[in-house]
Amino acid sequence: MIFAEQLTKSYRTKTEEVKALLSVDLNIPKGEMFGVIGPDGAGKTSLFRILTTLLLADSGTAVINGLDVVKDYAKIRQQIGYMPGRFSLYQDLTVEENLQFFATIFNTTIEENYSLIKDIYEQIAPFKDRRAGQLSGGMKQKLALSCALIHRPEVLFLDEPTTGVDAVSRKEFWQMLQKLKSDGLTILVSTPYMDEAEQCDRIALIQEGKILMNNTPENVKASFSDPLFAIRSNKMYQLLHDLRDDHLVQAAHIFGEDIHISSEVINQQVIIDALQAKGHTQIQLKQINPSIEDVFIKLLMHTESHEQHS
Amino acid sequence: MKQFRAFIKKEWFHIFRDRKTVFILFGMPVMQILIFGFALTNEVKNANVAVLDYSKDAKSTELVQQMDASRYFDVYSSLNRSADIDRVLKAGKVKMVMVIPPDFTQSIEAKHKVTIQLIADASDPNLATTLVNYASSIVNDFQKQYFTEKIPLVVTPEVRMLYNPQLKGAFNFVPGVMAMVLMLVSTMMTSIAIVREKELGTMEILLASPLKPLLIIISKTIPYLFLSLINISTILLLSVFVLDLPINGSLFLLVSLSMLFAITCLSLGILISSSTNSQQVAMLISLMGLFLPTIMLSGFMFPIENMPLPMQFISNLVPAKWYFYIVKDVMIKGLGIASIWKEVLVLFGMTMFFLVVSIKKFKLRLS
Repeated sequence: MIFAEQLTKSYRTKTEEVKALLSVDLNIPKGEMFGVIGPDGAGKTSLFRILTTLLLADSGTAVINGLDVVKDYAKIRQQIGYMPGRFSLYQDLTVEENLQFFATIFNTTIEENYSLIKDIYEQIAPFKDRRAGQLSGGMKQKLALSCALIHRPEVLFLDEPTTGVDAVSRKEFWQMLQKLKSDGLTILVSTPYMDEAEQCDRIALIQEGKILMNNTPENVKASFSDPLFAIRSNKMYQLLHDLRDDHLVQAAHIFGEDIHISSEVINQQVIIDALQAKGHTQIQLKQINPSIEDVFIKLLMHTESHEQHS
Repeated sequence: MKQFRAFIKKEWFHIFRDRKTVFILFGMPVMQILIFGFALTNEVKNANVAVLDYSKDAKSTELVQQMDASRYFDVYSSLNRSADIDRVLKAGKVKMVMVIPPDFTQSIEAKHKVTIQLIADASDPNLATTLVNYASSIVNDFQKQYFTEKIPLVVTPEVRMLYNPQLKGAFNFVPGVMAMVLMLVSTMMTSIAIVREKELGTMEILLASPLKPLLIIISKTIPYLFLSLINISTILLLSVFVLDLPINGSLFLLVSLSMLFAITCLSLGILISSSTNSQQVAMLISLMGLFLPTIMLSGFMFPIENMPLPMQFISNLVPAKWYFYIVKDVMIKGLGIASIWKEVLVLFGMTMFFLVVSIKKFKLRLS
């Protein structure tokens, strides 16, 4: 359904050349929910814009539903739904006027495809006479999704749909996406939130324009072969330094309220003794299952140290 | 067609839901006409003058009365000493002093010659010249009335101010205001309206939709073309009914050529919008790059004939100059298409050029 090969894109500013994408390959079958996971500035938006025919790649090819993004851009634009990263509806139009407008420019009517957006639109319908600019973040996203879906697209491109949205709305939003997926829609979604990656069938971890890993969330997590522990003590800030400085472990990162540590071999008693000698008390150490973020951080460390060596 | 209608409807919402836009679109033309018509005028009405009459005989008093009676002058004070001349001029109370020599009547009758002195405050040179001219013509009229038989043969120029006998400023500024308002509405507002879609990110969705880029441009500009028509009508109505300015030529020709100029401005607006992504930059380019040349180089404020040659050449590139000539010729001189076809052709050529370039430059994609 979505196929990309060696996509490269760079932007020229006055002083330097910024590489946004470095030879990106993708192959996403019909009906899959595919997540592009990476921090800000990793190249997610560039990738989305190339696939939605809004940008030209410097090199490489991309095909959507058998149509080339450069040659057949006009046909692709009839088959895709696109929700840009920034809220991009008309703020001075009401909820209903926005939906009506996008239905009309896609040559359809709200009534014709109402079944598809019913679940989503019903939540914002009580506010249909309110200007879009006065909606809350979560409602804006629901309206934007409704507008992107109103013409029953075959592929849905969602660029960071949950950024800036509260936790409850984020959860609801993903439930909607799951339902759309079960209706057979192919969905390409990007997010900087690692916890959302679990919802996707497959994910690509992207950093500085390169895809570091492309697999199912389970396989991504399974790729973390070293034992992983969460640790905390009474002095968290010093704990991180002590762990790193004394090379007690190969990797240590702050992760929420804990510090995650990993090594090929971890001897719990050695670590606890060493830390107690440094004056740490209330040390808690427990083995945990790696999350996608752990994998991502490890991959980033690898590429960084790799770059330093070379 | 449905898409087109929906787009235009949306555009109307944008325009009428933003108070600033509504004000610029509808308040501006009215304000400009009223300001130029009543405040910023270089016509002279009831200027204060002083008279130093050394004769004080019957004829000199009559001359002073005629000055006072004319609608150009008010005799503010009568002076008695020449020293007062400097004082009243310096005080700024009067703009001109007329000095009548002693033995006014006798001098004329005896020597057939008398000299009247006009002393004008030339700190504003235009005003001074105008006052002196008006005063001279009053003196001339006076002379003709009373001394015709007695004056020996003189050559008197018989002046007629064609097309604008009363030398009304409105004849010049109404065409200028029309050009300015069309520039403002069609160029600035259109470029801002298009760039706003880019700035707010909605252009991204429009481009990723099946809407054809040409349709986006057309539906984005049509409402402004329509508003231009309303503005032209407003200006014409105001100038006919408020400023007493007649439309001497064909109204149809005037309006259709104004629409041609509106299209020129629209294509310039599209061109500006494709070269920037920020509303502020679009506004700056419209103001500095188009609005200023319109005011300075169209002949509206400063006569082009008086400019140095390079400036005269540059003024040919300003579309507003051609439009300004066309409006003056049609509206004031009452000329038909046969006399202005050259200007129309130039304007038409410019319009086509800008239209093609702006549509070519309009991007199918972002950046």
